[in-house]
Amino acid sequence: MTTNTLDRRTSLSIFERMLMIRHFEEAVIELYKQGRFVSHYHIYIGQEATGGAVLEALGETDLICTTHRNHGHIIGRGCDPNRAMAEILGRASGFNGGRSGTLHISDPSHGFLSTSAVVGGCAGLATGAAFGLKVKRVSQVAVGFFGDGSLEEGLVIESFNIAALWKLPVVYVCENNSAGAMGPQQGGYPTAITATDGFTRLPAAYGIHCVKVDGTDIGAVHAAAIEAVGRCRSGNGPVFIEAFTTRWPGSSPLWPELATVTDLEAAFDPARIVGPHADWSRNHDPLLRAARELVASGHASRDELLARDKDARSRIAAAADFAIKSPMPAPATVGDHVFA
Amino acid sequence: MPSPRTATYRGAVLEALFGEMRRDNSVILMGEDIGSAGGVFKQTEGLFAEFGAERVIDTPISESGAFGIAVGAAMTGQRPVFEVMFGDFITLIMDQMVNQAAKISYMSAGQFNVPLVLRTAVGIGGNLGPQHSQSLHAWPVHIPGLKVVMPSTPADAKGLMAAAIRDDGPVIFFEDRMLYNLRDAVPDGDHIVPIGSAEIKRTGRDVTLIAIGRMVHTALAVAELLAKQDISAEVIDPRSLVPLDVDALVASVKKTSRAVVVDGGYRQYGVTGEIAATVTEHAFDWLDAPVLRFGAADVPIPFSKSLEPLVLPDAEQLARDAAALVRGLR
Repeated sequence: MTTNTLDRRTSLSIFERMLMIRHFEEAVIELYKQGRFVSHYHIYIGQEATGGAVLEALGETDLICTTHRNHGHIIGRGCDPNRAMAEILGRASGFNGGRSGTLHISDPSHGFLSTSAVVGGCAGLATGAAFGLKVKRVSQVAVGFFGDGSLEEGLVIESFNIAALWKLPVVYVCENNSAGAMGPQQGGYPTAITATDGFTRLPAAYGIHCVKVDGTDIGAVHAAAIEAVGRCRSGNGPVFIEAFTTRWPGSSPLWPELATVTDLEAAFDPARIVGPHADWSRNHDPLLRAARELVASGHASRDELLARDKDARSRIAAAADFAIKSPMPAPATVGDHVFA
Repeated sequence: MPSPRTATYRGAVLEALFGEMRRDNSVILMGEDIGSAGGVFKQTEGLFAEFGAERVIDTPISESGAFGIAVGAAMTGQRPVFEVMFGDFITLIMDQMVNQAAKISYMSAGQFNVPLVLRTAVGIGGNLGPQHSQSLHAWPVHIPGLKVVMPSTPADAKGLMAAAIRDDGPVIFFEDRMLYNLRDAVPDGDHIVPIGSAEIKRTGRDVTLIAIGRMVHTALAVAELLAKQDISAEVIDPRSLVPLDVDALVASVKKTSRAVVVDGGYRQYGVTGEIAATVTEHAFDWLDAPVLRFGAADVPIPFSKSLEPLVLPDAEQLARDAAALVRGLR
């Protein structure tokens, strides 16, 4: 069942990122239901293994751009969850002083350049960041996360060509979460909106090294990311990773809902999994899968994971509390930072 | 008195590029055919020879992708001067310009900046037809976060380009290709024209002609025609559209009590409307007549030699209308 050959420290570090992401997202939905903020927002549940493992593979000075489904990358990178939640609630203490909300969070202290809510926009920025790194002759890499829908945008294809032509140190992580797929599917690709039956064929046409990976398998994703980052650092040019996940039932195309509530003990006790979305929880939930693998590999005990789960929940509860208690931005600041 | 040092408009922009690239290694050029080819209007001639392919970078014909990359590079320490070959093609990069470059500073609460210059050539009169002749400067001026400049003289072209490169935010730099061969005095060495400062090109007392880019030269010709009728026209060049030197324009209009705005972009919803409204808001009680505005005719710019001149503001018509304004006939 597993390709997980990770060591204990790495596995637990990825798992920790995944736990924080999961509980952060559950808190976001809860805060929305409570009317603590008004917005359109996007939930990362179901993709934690991809974000957690890719971010684990990066160095401290590497750069990241992401797409509108960004919370997982922010939290998985280790950015302060208090300030992230405060930003989502539009508070002065948020990462961007309430100017960006959920859709545009950035955090320079963690190399987090930008969240582009224009589909595919992050591909240009990540490629540009990689170009900047190459010009400076440093060995950092830039990573651009985007969903499968981005492959419908021309900008992304243009970026592939230039990244390949200039051998830029950029890792494109395409998270194929099937979330946009409302129509018929063939081989994981929505036939109504894309004529290709393999997204990797597009970057591959420019000679970009491509890898397909199970996006719920932390070992496989981590190995792919380590290889990708290594290739970039060695000057071998861009890499495209396509990570497949199965759409989380709560990822309604219109408004997310808490279709499944994480019960980590269910990883070890299948009888606890019930309800209409049992199949997803049983077979596709990356968090439960990682927990099972950690215990099976002997890297952690069940109780240790449950204790970590509890700790992550309390840190996220504190983040929610911090955000709720944070002041709104002062009206006089509305015009600040229009110009540099 | 020794004659002043001169340069062409094209050469003046090049002087700024050479100067800034020598001064700051993070200044790089990106665009189509700007490298060894030297630019389709020879507007980057010599730069490749001095700075090489690492700093004078030819991009594929991928304006959107390449400009997105320039924005990302600007966020991470470079100062790209990105060239769009024809001003008409800024339509291809509008998303990157409007939704990324213009908003990065605001969205990040000032934690990231985009020190980038987008230079592009515009201007009616080259017999280039509807897709290569437009002056679309009214597009970026609508977007908060973008500075927009449009020099009318070689000296301003040099000084504004240097200022634009040193600016820490995105600056859209419109050059009029019909001015490229215009030769005039240009200061040697470091020369900076602050973005946001207008210049009075000719003083007068009866009417203020506010003219943008190449239309400054049309306005100066109009002022000559008016002078023959004993009408004293003041000509003022905003030089920057954003930020606009409102104080200078209003001070002039308060003095003359009449204003005419002249631009080479389409008239409908164009910059002339914004400037006329701004002047009216600030100087209503001083105005003796409504503000007149002239722009390109609201038709695609035609190719034929017999048609193309008809869409540009005409100096004689302008002079007739300005004279009527002064005499209270309008």
